[in-house]
Parts: sequence; C-alpha cells; structure tokens
Amino acid sequence: MAQVKSAQFKQASERAVHDPKLQHALAHVMDHFTTARASAIAADFEEESWESMRERAAAIKAHTIERLDYYLDLVDRSVRRNGGHVHFADNAQQASQMVLDIARANNVKTVIKSKSMVSEEMGINQILEKNGIEPVETDLGEYIIQLAGETPFHIIAPAMHKSRQDVSELFGRWLKTAPTEDITRLCVIARDALREKFAIADMGISGANFVVAETGTVCIVTNEGNGRMTTSAPRIHVAIAGMEKIVPAIEDLALFLRLLPRSATGQRITSYNSFISGPRNPSDEDGPEEFHLILVDNGRLNLLRDEILREALQCIRCGACLNHCPVYRNVGGHAYGWVYSGPIGAIVTPPMTGMEQAKDLPYASTLCGACRDVCPVKIDIPKLLLHLRHQAAEGDGKHGPVVGRLERAFIGRWRKAMRTRQAMESGARLARLFQGPFARGGRIRRAPLPMIGNWTKSRDLPALAKRSFVASWQERQARRAKGGEGR
Amino acid sequence: MRASLCATCLVDQFFPEVGEATVQVLEAQGVEVDVPAAQTCCGQVAFNGGFRTEAAEVARHFLDVFGDAERIVVPSGSCAAMVKVYYQELFADDPDTLDRAKAVGEKTHELTDYLVNVLGVSETGSSGEGLVTYHDSCHTLRELRLKSEPRTLIEGVQGVELQEMEASDTCCGFGGLFSVKFPAISEAIMEQKLAHIAESGAGTVVATDCGCLMHLRGAMARRGLSIKAQHIAQLLAGGEAEGA
Repeated sequence: MAQVKSAQFKQASERAVHDPKLQHALAHVMDHFTTARASAIAADFEEESWESMRERAAAIKAHTIERLDYYLDLVDRSVRRNGGHVHFADNAQQASQMVLDIARANNVKTVIKSKSMVSEEMGINQILEKNGIEPVETDLGEYIIQLAGETPFHIIAPAMHKSRQDVSELFGRWLKTAPTEDITRLCVIARDALREKFAIADMGISGANFVVAETGTVCIVTNEGNGRMTTSAPRIHVAIAGMEKIVPAIEDLALFLRLLPRSATGQRITSYNSFISGPRNPSDEDGPEEFHLILVDNGRLNLLRDEILREALQCIRCGACLNHCPVYRNVGGHAYGWVYSGPIGAIVTPPMTGMEQAKDLPYASTLCGACRDVCPVKIDIPKLLLHLRHQAAEGDGKHGPVVGRLERAFIGRWRKAMRTRQAMESGARLARLFQGPFARGGRIRRAPLPMIGNWTKSRDLPALAKRSFVASWQERQARRAKGGEGR
Repeated sequence: MRASLCATCLVDQFFPEVGEATVQVLEAQGVEVDVPAAQTCCGQVAFNGGFRTEAAEVARHFLDVFGDAERIVVPSGSCAAMVKVYYQELFADDPDTLDRAKAVGEKTHELTDYLVNVLGVSETGSSGEGLVTYHDSCHTLRELRLKSEPRTLIEGVQGVELQEMEASDTCCGFGGLFSVKFPAISEAIMEQKLAHIAESGAGTVVATDCGCLMHLRGAMARRGLSIKAQHIAQLLAGGEAEGA
C-alpha cells in the first residue's frame, strides 16, 4: 500500500502555508473550480432541482451500500456474462498481486494507465517497476507527477501545484526536450511521448467512476481521451475500482453524469464518457481481448461496518469538498499524507489506514460546513468528522483513545469548571489572578503557555473581564430587589 | 414576551458588554429578560473535541438550567447550533435526555433569529454611522441557515450602510480549538478574511459570534488595523454598549 505520512500533517501543513508557489497555485485553481461549479449549476438548474438531484443521488448510493453484498454479486455475474473476469481484493497488496498475475500470464512489458485513485492506494506503479514492467500514466496531470515522483495533489487535478516551468523542466529531464513555457507546446510534447506508449502497450489499467451492477458496465469520465485509448488499444484491459463505486442500473448514470462534472470541474458534461462492458466481441474489429475488473476493499469495510462513517462510501470523488474547504485551500493535498485529501480525505484516511497515524486529520477542520453544502451526494461531512473525533478522544470500542494528554487535561479542567456556576466563578477568579502578569490594557499579547501560546503567536487574546456578565446581572437584580435604583 | 438569556461562556467571561447589549436590544422590544444564574456553558468545546462524556455532563446542566424557559435567546450562532442541532447527536443513545434536548432546542434561538422570526422585528430603533460589513459566522449560516436575518437588522440601523465583503460566507479560521491546534492554518485562513474585510472599505465588521470576533479582533489589534469588530447586538443596541 502507498506510504501513509498523515502523522506529519502538522509540520507538512505549516510548510505548505508558508510556500508561496503552492499558495499561488492554490489560490488560482481553487477559485477557478468554485466559480466554474457555481456557474455550471446555475446555468441549468433551479436550486430546488439541483437539491433534489443530490437527494436522489445520495439515496441511490446509500441503497447500494446498504446492500453491497447483493450488488457485488450482481456485478460479478454481469461482468462474467459479458465475457469479463471479476476479482475481489481484500487489500491493496492483494489487488497489486492480481494485476501482476494478469500481467505475467500475458507477458506484459508496458502498461498504460488512465487515472485511478485506487491504484494510488496500491502504489501499483512502483510495484510494476520492481517487477520489470513499465507503467506509464496517460492522464496529463498524472503523467507529470509520475515524472516528478510525487503523489496526486488533488483528486481530480493531480498536478495543479506544478507550474509550466516545472513541467518544462520535468520534460527536459526525462524526455530531453527543449525548455518551453508554451502550454500548447508542452501538451504536444506529452502527446508525442504518450502516443508511442499507446502504440506499444500490452495492457491498460483504468479506474472506474462508476460500475453498473445490472449491465456489468464500467463508466469512465475523462477530458483527454486517454481513458478511451487506455481501455481500447492494448490487448488487456484491467479496471480497478473501490467497492463503493457500484450503482445499480445504467439509468442511474443519467443522474450521476450530470452531478459529477458540474461538481468537479464545473463542466456541464465531461469530454469523454466511456462505457465499457467487457472485452471485444468476436464480431468487433478491435478492442481488448481480455477484460478484468478488480474490486477493492482496502479498508472500505471498516467504513461500512460503522453506521455513521458508512455515509462516506457515497463519495463519487468529485473534489468539490476540497475546493470549498478553507483548510485544503491553504494547505493543499500533500499535507494530508496519503491518497485522499481535504474533508473527504480527513474522513476516509483514519479508518482506511489506522486512527493512530491519522489522528490529526479529523481535527484539521474548522467544521465550517462549506463541504457539506457542495457535496453532490450529500455526505454530512462535519457530522462524520465529529464522529471520528469522538473515536479519537474516547476510543472506538476496538482501539483506545489517541488524543494527546494536553487536550485531555484541558477538557478535564473545563468540565470541572463548567459543572456548576460556583465552580465556573471560582475557576474564573483563579484565571484572573493568573492572567495578571500577562494582561496589558485588557489584552494579552504573549503568553508562553501550551495552547494559549499558539493563539498569541498571531493574535492578541482578550483578558478575562473583571466581573462576569452573569455575576454583574445578579448584583444588579439584587440591588433592584432591595428597592435601589433600577438598571 | 419573556426570554431567558444564555449569555454563552465567552460573553460571560470575556465580553460582558455583549451580554449588556443583548439585554438592551431585547428590552427595547418589550421582552422581559431573565438571566438564569446557574448557567455555565453549552458544552460545545468538549463536543467538538470528541469528548462526548464531558460534553454530555455540561449539556445536561444546560438542559436543567434552561428546561423551563419560555424561550432561550443566545447571542451566538454556534452555541445555538450546539443546542438545536448537535445535542441530538450527543444524546442520540439516551432517549429521555434526547426528548428534553429536542424540546429545549425548539425554543432556543440565535439572537437575530429571535428578533426577526419570532418578534417580527426588522428595525431595532438604533442608529450608527458609516459602512458596516457582515461576516457570516459558519454555524449561523450553515447550521441555522440564517443569512437574511442579520442583514435585515443591520440595514435597519439608521445611518448605517451594509457593504458586503467578498466571500463573506467563508470561515474566518477560528474553529474553536482548531485555532490553537493548527495555528498556522488558522492564521492563513484569517489573513484572507482580514483582506476581504479591509477591501470592503467598511469601518466596522459585524458578526453573530464572539468566537469569530475574538479571533478577528485579536488579529486586527496585533496588526494595528483600525477596523472595529463588533457583535451584532452592539450595533443593534445603538452604540451605547460598545466594546473594545
């Protein structure tokens, strides 16, 4: 499985917010996505009809996930009926082994890939390379980060953090082309390099945006046509999909193919919508001889088993929650330390990779709720984050709590102070004494204390008022009762 | 008309002037206000931290204190959302308390919700001057869905003009404990908010939550910005109960 570096979220996010190049890229691309999304939706839908589409999509996904065993079986039967093969992988390692076995059995030398986030979970490129098979990403963004030796920065815009200069440099280093900042020229360079690979590849690996259970159809949505090349030119097509990608019927795509592009890139429709139902027919002139579908668990059952987290399996990976998240918009994707970033990454990473190493992620949110409002399948992201925080603070039944001692001590003190009014007042009296040396003119500018010190790094802290509002009110009421002057 | 004021722990301990202003605004509308003496906190800080046992204990205290109130008015969208929305999560597995929580939630109102939707007020009779910009506190907007209410009231203040800032509905970066757990990210988000506030040209930024205001005020003070950050109750009270 791809390495998990989520334990370094704090350090990585701090580096990211101070990286001017990253900030520049984030500011531009994020605004582009959010603006495009809003106008693409407004162009075609009243607010209520968009809302009802989201509700229907959420209901279809929830229905499928509730009956996942039934639909997995249906996919299996449908794909076989179409002449394809279905494999079920419990984890990333098994899925990679399946890919390797298929490749070896067919003497595969070169693999072309269209975009697949599950394959990022598997770290399949490194595994293929180690086994003497050349993997080539054919989505332009994925190709760029493959050359750079990086992981996707964003679910749908993996190389959005790379400037044209970066790309020119990468192409110069790996393809020996002359430096250029002309984007059209850079695209031509990539196209020339990739065409060669399209021509010689023995195997194509794709992801799947949707897997239709009734028909055994894999639906792939791309903008570059590379998905269609990858799934039609080589002898063998292997589609890899997370188990949650299933929808019951082909008609459901009429809904999802409206929601996905608008939510993701702000397009009314994606350039290429491919529907692949098995290998070539005997009467077809071309197309792959073999079709394999690998359905991957890799921690998804951990989500399914949790009644609340299950909702996250509705995700169609559009990236809208990333684009609208004030945290993602400032730290970018790499800080999250694994394959998925932003709000949805903060939810799926702990149950998929282990809470201990990803314990900061559910807390890396202001709970502002902007993500929930744009999610095309209505995942209640703040609720799920709060649920994960609960598991982090109090354990999840199987694992103990992972939240640090400092916060635990703080909450313990807070609880004692908030149990009764008397306790609150005496706590405040103590705090007023304690703040004395730090407070100047009603403000605390610097307090070298845990937590509070983090506040005063960039903000003044108001000093506690001389008397609480409730205490003043009571005094006044007492005076009033005694018949003294009114308020 | 009677209402019990939940001051919130922040107003109670840090910003009593906001409590005074809230009382003043309510009394000006003929509301008979009481401030239950036993009140402490709604429990949000522990709940958001994941510490539900501690949060539930404090939330039960809240239900005890405010259970018999006719209406509960809160000068904070996030505390009101805690009571109205998140108590139902907190007590999901405790049916008796859940019923009480639902009943209390129904009669709990964020201040602008109470003024506009319960009392039917659009002008509080206050006056001020100059351009005011409004920051949508996240929970006021996206938990309670109060967008027009605060704006209606601001526009009803004589002599004040509401000047919208860009991205008024984007978080200010406070997020409770988030602000001290991830200070660098919190600051980065805040800088963007400060820029939007400054670009609006308004002399005052108004919000419905003292969390956001503590954050923005503290940041502006540190940076020497002369823009005033005011709780909406202070604006609606007509400037007599102004804070820092």
